[in-house]
Order: sequence, then C-alpha cells, then structure tokens
Amino acid sequence: MALKIMVTVKRVEDPESKIRVKPDGSGIVTDGVNYKMNPFDEIGVEEGLRLKEAHGGEVLVVSIGGEKSATEIRAALAMGADRGVLVRHDGPLDPVVVSNILAKVYELEKPDLVLLGKQSIDDDQNQAGQYLAARLGLPQGTFASKTESLESEAEQKKVPGLKLSSDGKRLVVVREIDGGVETIDLSLPAVVTVDLRLNKPRFASLPGIMKAKKKELKELQAAALGADLTPRVVVKLLASPPARKGGLKVADVEELWKKLHEEAKVV
Amino acid sequence: MSSAVAFEPFSEEHQAFRRTVRKFAEEELAPHAREWDEAGEFPRALFRRFGELGLLGIRHDPAWGGSGLDYWYVVAYAEELVRCKNGGLGTAMLVQGEMATPIIGELGTDEQKREFLAPALAGEKVAALAISEPNAGSDVASIITSARRDGDELVINGSKIWISNGARADFLTLAVRTGQPGYGGLSLCTFPTDVKGYSVGKKLEKVGNLSSDTAILHFDDCRIPARWLLGEENQGFFQIMTGFQGERLVAALTAVAGAQLMLEQAMAYGQERTAFGRPIGSFQVWRHKFAEHLAAVEAARWLSYRAADLFNRQQVAVKEISMAKLVACDLVQDVAYDCMQFHGGLGYMVESDIARAWRDVRALPIAGGSAEIMKEIISKLAGL
Repeated sequence: MALKIMVTVKRVEDPESKIRVKPDGSGIVTDGVNYKMNPFDEIGVEEGLRLKEAHGGEVLVVSIGGEKSATEIRAALAMGADRGVLVRHDGPLDPVVVSNILAKVYELEKPDLVLLGKQSIDDDQNQAGQYLAARLGLPQGTFASKTESLESEAEQKKVPGLKLSSDGKRLVVVREIDGGVETIDLSLPAVVTVDLRLNKPRFASLPGIMKAKKKELKELQAAALGADLTPRVVVKLLASPPARKGGLKVADVEELWKKLHEEAKVV
Repeated sequence: MSSAVAFEPFSEEHQAFRRTVRKFAEEELAPHAREWDEAGEFPRALFRRFGELGLLGIRHDPAWGGSGLDYWYVVAYAEELVRCKNGGLGTAMLVQGEMATPIIGELGTDEQKREFLAPALAGEKVAALAISEPNAGSDVASIITSARRDGDELVINGSKIWISNGARADFLTLAVRTGQPGYGGLSLCTFPTDVKGYSVGKKLEKVGNLSSDTAILHFDDCRIPARWLLGEENQGFFQIMTGFQGERLVAALTAVAGAQLMLEQAMAYGQERTAFGRPIGSFQVWRHKFAEHLAAVEAARWLSYRAADLFNRQQVAVKEISMAKLVACDLVQDVAYDCMQFHGGLGYMVESDIARAWRDVRALPIAGGSAEIMKEIISKLAGL
C-alpha cells in the first residue's frame, strides 16, 4: 500500500527581501533579493512526508526553473524527501505551462498522489494544480486543510491531515471553503493543493541537510519533454503601487462631510 | 588572469544549515524569550529538540550521534542561535554541545562516550561543565574540590559555583584535585549526578541569562568509579585550558552576532520611530554612531573568523582566540549600551528585546575566562 507521492516546489522571492520594480517595468530588480521555497509548497512537502511515514512509500520532489531551483529541491530533500527532479526551463512560466510540464513528469513517474501548494507567493495565480488535474483527467482536492488546530495533539504527533482509506485507494480531503470546511473523498491517483492550515512544516535537521547532498537529483530539459511551453499569459508591465499619501486632519464633522462630498466624492 | 581564491568559509550546505537554525530560533524559540526569562527556566524538552535537529553534535564524532562536521557549521549555529533572543537558552545549549562535551569526545573511553556523550548529543541527558569554585574562578589552578582515590573509586568532596545547566544536569564534566597543589594536580572526570552525597544548592539569581539554571553544587563523600577520570590523571589543567579555547571562541562569535542583531533591530526601529518630525534613525548623531558600530562589529567578526579558521585547522590559536574574545565581548557592551539609549524609555523596560540583550551580554566578558585573563594571556604572548 506504499504511496508514491509527487510534491512540487517553486523557488520564489523571499517576501522579507526588498522587492523593487525595474525602471522599465519589465520585471523586478533581482540584486540583493533572497529566494526560498514557496511556503505553500513547504506544507505540501511536510504532508507528503507525513503520509510516507504513516503508510510507507516515496516522496519525489519536482521543481521547474533555472539551475538555482536545485537549492529548493535540496531543501525538501533535507526535510526528508527521497529524490528530486529539476525540470530546466529558463523561459517564462504561467500556470498553463507549469501544468503542461508537470503532466509530462506525471506520465514519466506515475505517482499515486500529486501535492502542490495552492499557489506560489510570487504571482499568486492559484491555477496550476487545477489545470494539472484537468489535463490528466484526475480528481482534484483543492485548498486542503484539516479540522484539528495547528496546536492539537494530532499536529504535534505529525498525523497526516489527508486521510488514506484502509485499502489505500481513496483519500479524504478536508477543504477550506467560504465560511467553513468541506470534506470530499477522492479516488487515487489524484491531485491535491494544500492550504495554510494543513500542517506546520518541520525544520530540516543538520543530519538531514548532510544526507540531502547524497540523494538523487535528476535534471530534465523542459523542451525535451514534448510539453507545450507557450505561455498564455504575457506580463506586459510591472508597476509599484502608488505611494501612500499622508492623511489630513479635519476640525469637525462638518468639514469631514464637506471633504468626503466635494473632494473624495464618496457621499 | 590571476587565480584569486575567494575567502568564503561557508558552502551551500553551511548556508542551508544557517537557514534552518535561523528559522528554528525565530519561529520556535524567540516568541517565548520573555516567558522563559520570567519563569527562570526554559522547558527541559528543548534539549531533545536541539538534539533532534542535530544542533548539539555538529562537530562531534558520528559514531556517538554527532555529524562530524567542520567548525564553520558551529560558527553558523552560534551566529543564528542569538536570534532566539534569550541568552540563558543560548548559553545552555552551547554548554551542552560545545563546552561540556567536546573533551569527552576527545579523551573519553568508549564507555564514557556511550554513557555520557551519546545521550548528551541526543539531548537526553543534560550536561554541565563544573570548574569554577567559590575561591577559584579565573584562577583555575586554585581549585580545591578533591578526589581521593579509594581502591577503584574516587571520593569527591567540595563545591562548585556559577555552573550553567547545574540545577538539572544529569552529569558533569568536573574538575577535581587529585594531586599536589597548583596546576599540576588537577584532573577532569565525568560525574553522574545521581551519586549519593551530591546536592544542588540554591539556583543563583543573576543579572541576566535569567532562563539558565545556574547553581551551586555540593559534593559530600561522593563515590564514583575511578575509570570516570577523563584522560590522564593530573593533566586536568592543560585539558581545561585546551577546552577553554572552544568556549572562548564561541563566546566571541556569540558576542559579534549579538551585536549585529541589536544593531539591525535598532536601525529598523529608527525608521519607524519619529521625533521632531523625522525618523530618529535619520539624525546624523545616530547614523554616525551606527556606522562606527557596524565597522567595529565587522572588524570583530573577521578577527573571530581568523581565530575560527585556525581552530578549525587545529592550529595553535590561543592568541587569536583570546584577542577575539576580548574585543568582541567588550564591543558588545558598547553596542548594547547605545542601542538601549537609542530605544529611550522603551529600551529601559524589562520586557524589551534590547533590555534582555543588554542584561544577557554582560556575562560575556566575565564567563569562560574574564577580559582581564584575556589581557594576561595576550600580554604574555607578546613577551610583556
């Protein structure tokens, strides 16, 4: 009943770095920017590891990007994942291209479960998982969460939030929806995207970091996989939000009303 | 083209490890910094947590649960550990992995390593280094706690003071007098604290490092097997002096990293806080003060790195380590003073980060060989 789990990780800008837009609006200034694993993907890796620890199997980590994305795969291997695949692609990525590439990796690896962060924090698209499920014709469970809190005993014991059926053929997913949670039952193989409250990812231990050095990290070329690499979304221009103007003080309600009515024109 | 080699001690793996320690310190430890100080202790379970993450056995032998790595991993660890913002906790963990145990790895028998070292590196047993006595602090050669041989046993009498991890230690790396007066009659031994006649006096109330359980320890006819001696009998003074090198180096690194963190926090605060219509960090008097400190911290860092490089390559580094400890541990006092001043009334509040750091760093020029002892060593080495 061992599970083969494929987890995706993306190298993203560390939100604690100062992000500045290039003067010509073609992208961001990358000098001095730190990078890290997309935090939602970290939750995906953690869930994959918990499922493996509970049921046996293998966690395969996949990333798409330049040479440096190997750092994020190594980070996942240091947490405990078994092996990595880096699909080299230096061209622009949109959710369609990402799902096209991942579909090809899926066909090569045939995992029982694909785990993705629900979105990456760089451009917050929240579409790759859904496209991937559709492209592969697999059931999907998006925004996976759980009813236990992140302070609960189950969380302390690293119990998986995704519940595998005793025959290993189905997976129960608790989804975050507006105003509550919804529980769905998927047949495997399936695609699941994970939300913030599914788990608290572990830290990579020092022995884990040293072991990760020796784990298999295979490189594939996106162009050689036969996936359609044409982006459907083209970024035309990036611009910083306008700087906030200082507020102003009004003497009384009458003046406030006047300003709202005549200047802001909101009442 | 010349074949210039970059002096970059930190590899990709060192950096990955650094990120782990930083994240762990910031997310799991720092939020409790104040609570643990107020309680006067941190949870004992943290030893095991540090052990799980491999933080206690960085340069120790893999045969006993260590990772067998170079000293630059310890540097990265010590530098990021200050981000837990609790000097007592940092001290306790450095005692466990870097001060009380390396000597067991070096001189201990397999039995001692199995009994004491392995469980200490896993965080299952708490270790303390027991050297100082009421009348022998810096003056190690004056230790009077005695170990008399009786058949296959040592009978120990005396007391130890200012022992970090002392109150809850499962074993001590203990300095005792086995021979003649003076430095030639000292020995080290591993001492399990469940021995009859051993007692922990009161937990000491300190100015800083409030979460660390610093204690007075009493030995009243305590009998331990003579095979718990570490290395050769009566060679303790030299063993202690060798062991001090690692302790002093890690103190220097902690001081540098602590100063850096205080400056970072103060400079960030200086952008938020305004006075007389502008951010206080924009006043020239403070910009220049921070510039001086940043330059001095950078200088102290590279002096410490030079000492770390020698130590890592097992070269004699007494001069460099003594200099680094002297310079860094004094510098951090000035930085703490100015950063507290910069925070004004807020900085004087017991609960503020800068007040805790100001209290905690005060121990640095005192513990592990005082600033005055460092000056003695440096002046002797300079032939004065």
